[in-house]
Amino acid sequence: MAEPHKDIITSDVLILGGGLVGLTLALALDVHGVSSIVVDPANPADILAPGHDGRASAVASGPYAMLEAIGVGARLAGKGCPIRTIEVRDGLQKKPLIFASDPHEPPLGYMFENRALRVALHEQAAQADNIRLMMQDRAVEVDRGPLGVVATLQSGATVKAGLLIGAEGRQSPTRDAAGINAARWQYDHSAVICMVEHELSHENVAHEIFYADGPFAILPMLPGNRSCVVWTVSREDAPALATLPEKAFLAEMHRKTGGLLGQMKLLSPRSFYPLSFHHTAKITGERLALVGDAAHGIHPIAGQGLNLGLRDAATLAEVLVDGIRLGLDAGDAQLLARYERWRALDSLMVAGATDGFVHLFGVGGKIARGVRRFGLNLVEHLPPLKQSFMNEARGASGDLPKLLHGMTL
Amino acid sequence: MTTTIAPDEAAHFGAMAADWWNPHGSSKPLHQLNPVRLAYIRQQIDRHFGTSLANRTPLSGKTVLDAGCGAGLLCEPLARLGGNVTGLDAAPENIAVAKAHAAPQSLAIDYRCGEVAALDGQFDLVTSMEVIEHVTDPDAFITALAARLAPHGLMILSTPNRTALSRLMMIDIGEGLGQIPKGTHHWDQFIAPDELGQLLATHQMQVIDRHGIAWSPAKGFHLSDRLDLNYLVTAIRA
Repeated sequence: MAEPHKDIITSDVLILGGGLVGLTLALALDVHGVSSIVVDPANPADILAPGHDGRASAVASGPYAMLEAIGVGARLAGKGCPIRTIEVRDGLQKKPLIFASDPHEPPLGYMFENRALRVALHEQAAQADNIRLMMQDRAVEVDRGPLGVVATLQSGATVKAGLLIGAEGRQSPTRDAAGINAARWQYDHSAVICMVEHELSHENVAHEIFYADGPFAILPMLPGNRSCVVWTVSREDAPALATLPEKAFLAEMHRKTGGLLGQMKLLSPRSFYPLSFHHTAKITGERLALVGDAAHGIHPIAGQGLNLGLRDAATLAEVLVDGIRLGLDAGDAQLLARYERWRALDSLMVAGATDGFVHLFGVGGKIARGVRRFGLNLVEHLPPLKQSFMNEARGASGDLPKLLHGMTL
Repeated sequence: MTTTIAPDEAAHFGAMAADWWNPHGSSKPLHQLNPVRLAYIRQQIDRHFGTSLANRTPLSGKTVLDAGCGAGLLCEPLARLGGNVTGLDAAPENIAVAKAHAAPQSLAIDYRCGEVAALDGQFDLVTSMEVIEHVTDPDAFITALAARLAPHGLMILSTPNRTALSRLMMIDIGEGLGQIPKGTHHWDQFIAPDELGQLLATHQMQVIDRHGIAWSPAKGFHLSDRLDLNYLVTAIRA
């Protein structure tokens, strides 16, 4: 029970969920003088501890430019492994489809350990004048009305803000409470994720090898002989793979990669994630906006999940900063309409394209194989198509928010 | 004192008061228009007062008058931009709704019901959006507005143009389809941009900027060089 007369704190926006997307949004608002209260139930000592989250994420060049623009760049410098080239193969086809960045241009993206991103964002947020980070706390009651948002936190504090932002990830209670239904389906696949050390240097190349069971991705990490493996297998094969002795597991991995990187050694335990997809057409409500996985979760195949969320953050930040500079309040219906319009096409296109990729490459048989080969060749021989895949990978497609060009507003 | 308020006009808008703040109700077009108008006003504020876009309160320390403020759709943003705002409207119902909406947000806006000519004092920024086409005597209305403008102040007006397009869009389509309440506009009272410029000139006011508000299915309302639907005018003392 909240004690009466405990502190009432006010800010422009209330962000529920202090994960990678929620904190990035808070920082993007902070540099433009827009205040936020970020509430997250996690204990920082746990989530920032080494070993809490062994996963890694690709941050495309657009979202990385934003992280630099909002002041996180210095904290991330030297921690991400540049991805200079992406090689896509159908099985162990000799000639891959190659997407390479110009040596004079920024890389296509960076591979980061999630922990490095989380630590950098937390440190930066702790220093930010316009962010109040309330960890180990949660909203027990949230009231969104025509004149504002009032939330009661477990700690007893009352928060008043113009806009509620749901950034709690796929199981977003804020989305569910708003009655926004996410369309979701499960794939018949699971992803096995692990960190490996390999004999040969990765040369800053990310590999995507497509098999009928699903893609096998090798993503370069620092230093040059370490990579993150995202291995998609059919759901029924997952348990067997989990219990396979390490030596046999490595042998199977070596076979799948055709020895591209020489001998490999496991640096982390194998983690399993069932693959699913969910998407909501509606990402706003009265004084409510959803960002990141709360709005859409996609297949991790192309490494676009975090990038989509970071693009949500860039878009919402621009819409809110623009609106506040016009004297509109953060929860203004016109601003939310603009955010929803701006995001709709991008998130559906990425989700659709990624989903299409899975289906295309998840179908076995000779004919499908022919189609896939033809598809990859087609991409290789149609520069505009290749360019559009490249832009997608870079996070540079569509009508881009300024932050993704590395500019503040 | 010259009166310019048309009683039946005031009653028409008064009857709409309750729904004024509902972004999905009868005032929906006004809500959609608001960010476009505000973007123009912000541009003009920064240009005239030398404030920077990054400043959240460019009107800090400035007095503002919004004549024909309705339920405060413009007054509230101007107050958030730091202005010391007075909102004036002919319909008491509007003023009641405006006060009730501002109070819980702790926006200190001085709302009053009555004529511009009855006001005292001068203001650094005088705005009057979509009002001049509703008054009985535009000349007297401009006289009263000009008298309230501080010597180095800025005046911003908006009104529909008197063109075939504005008749089609605002009356035949807008009111015909019920997107704008019927009887809101009388086309023959609309004022063309040059006529408004001349009217301002007779009161020693100089127009320093004119922009149109256009509408397209793709962009909705947006600022444009085309003045034939609806336009905004910025004026200073000559």
